[in-house]
Amino acid sequence: MPATRTIPIECLRYNPETDAAPSFVTYDVPFTDDLSVLQGLQYIKDHLDGSLTFRWSCRMAICGSCGAMLNGVPALSCESFLRDYWPDGVRVEPLVNFPIVRDLVIDQADFLRKLETVKPWLIPREPRALADGARSQTPAQMDEYYQYSQCINCLLCYAACPQYGLTPGFTGPAALALLHRYNADSRDGGTAERMEVINAEEGVWSCTLVGYCSVVCPKGVDPARAINQNKINSTKDYFAHLLMPRGRKSP
Amino acid sequence: MTLRTYVRPTAGWWRRNGHYRAYMVREASSVFVTAYALVLLVGLARLAQGRVPFEAWRAALATPWALGFHVVALGFFVCHAWTWFAVMPKTLPFIRVGGRRVSDDGIVAAGACAAVAASLVLFLAVWWTRP
Amino acid sequence: MKRSNKPIFWSLFGAGGMLAALVGPMLVLITGLLVPLGLVLPQSTMSYDRMYAFAQNGFGKAALLVVISLFLFHGCHRMYHCLQDVGIHVGPGLKAVFHGFAIAGTVAAMLILVAIGWAG
Repeated sequence: MPATRTIPIECLRYNPETDAAPSFVTYDVPFTDDLSVLQGLQYIKDHLDGSLTFRWSCRMAICGSCGAMLNGVPALSCESFLRDYWPDGVRVEPLVNFPIVRDLVIDQADFLRKLETVKPWLIPREPRALADGARSQTPAQMDEYYQYSQCINCLLCYAACPQYGLTPGFTGPAALALLHRYNADSRDGGTAERMEVINAEEGVWSCTLVGYCSVVCPKGVDPARAINQNKINSTKDYFAHLLMPRGRKSP
Repeated sequence: MTLRTYVRPTAGWWRRNGHYRAYMVREASSVFVTAYALVLLVGLARLAQGRVPFEAWRAALATPWALGFHVVALGFFVCHAWTWFAVMPKTLPFIRVGGRRVSDDGIVAAGACAAVAASLVLFLAVWWTRP
Repeated sequence: MKRSNKPIFWSLFGAGGMLAALVGPMLVLITGLLVPLGLVLPQSTMSYDRMYAFAQNGFGKAALLVVISLFLFHGCHRMYHCLQDVGIHVGPGLKAVFHGFAIAGTVAAMLILVAIGWAG
């Protein structure tokens, strides 16, 4: 029988119907070496305080639901383990830079709006009949965008990004990484349509390459790279526009 | 039903972890890059004003305050160079040599080598033309 | 969405940053420490006559202008963003001040180099 220890898990609590501001409550949770922070939260909900509210789903770092601040660091709670926080414990807060709906649940509406603006779908260069078969791609072509396609929309990068916190209009790391994912896909022809977002102050130009987004990303997407590569593209587009203003179709 | 969400303040965000603090140090290097450019600009102005004003500027460079400033500036310039090449891979598209992607570490190393080479060329140029 | 004008300033920032990364440390070491102290290089390396001759020739003029101007554009652009980072509300006014400062420094350097003239 694996040894059971106890660890304090301090949770931010906020009930919009009764609280003016958030407060913290500490729960003592028994755990074994294999338990994740998410399982710790589930223990609290099942045995100590059924009102604790948090998002979760897959338990395996693919759905992107369980993001939280663990001791001030954005992380997936299903992928973080209680044994790494023992004995001092872990403080669990909702992802920063987002409004708190209740306890550990944040309002993602701003991100979802911004995601739509980048047109995160394949825009083909020319139409193709079903009879023509699939659009092919070499491994090298897939390599150009593959890492950016791994985004699970967990929003850890938005919590990591101070520019998103300071300038809420900023499109943000994940949305811009997904924008680049499509631009870099050889099957896509929609780069011109997406330039408006890239070129705007709210596009790549709010980024100051803090780089923390890429550090916290659980899937190795590297949004910092996606954004900063496009600074060069945006600059080229800017000077092209300056020199040949009528040479481009307005978006 | 409208949500009465709670918005947390962002003030003091850069104190919260080592990554942020390191970023602020990197950004602060810009103060010394600007200051050094101004030292050169003042020197240039004194040069135009004549021998006596220029020699006064040159003498000022040898004072403890000026030397101290340049020691600190040197530290920040090295910090700038180091962090500049460290983030360089993020600003470049994937580079392929012979079909294989050049690693981020490779790009950083190339940058650092370029800096060492440029510094050496500069030093040797000054050394060989010294009075 | 409105197109941002950042590319202009970012290009200058980038050029200045690259130059500062490549030769900045050595320049500071030579002009700020070695020569004033007479270490490794004699103090007379930066004598009035030698520096005046340097500023009079084409290469010297270009070198001085490029270093001063690009370092200023790099530094000012980053300092402006630093203000934003620490929460100071920055608007077009402050933007004009910081980038204007770099432009002013560049113009000043150009005028001084013209005043110094050419050799012979």
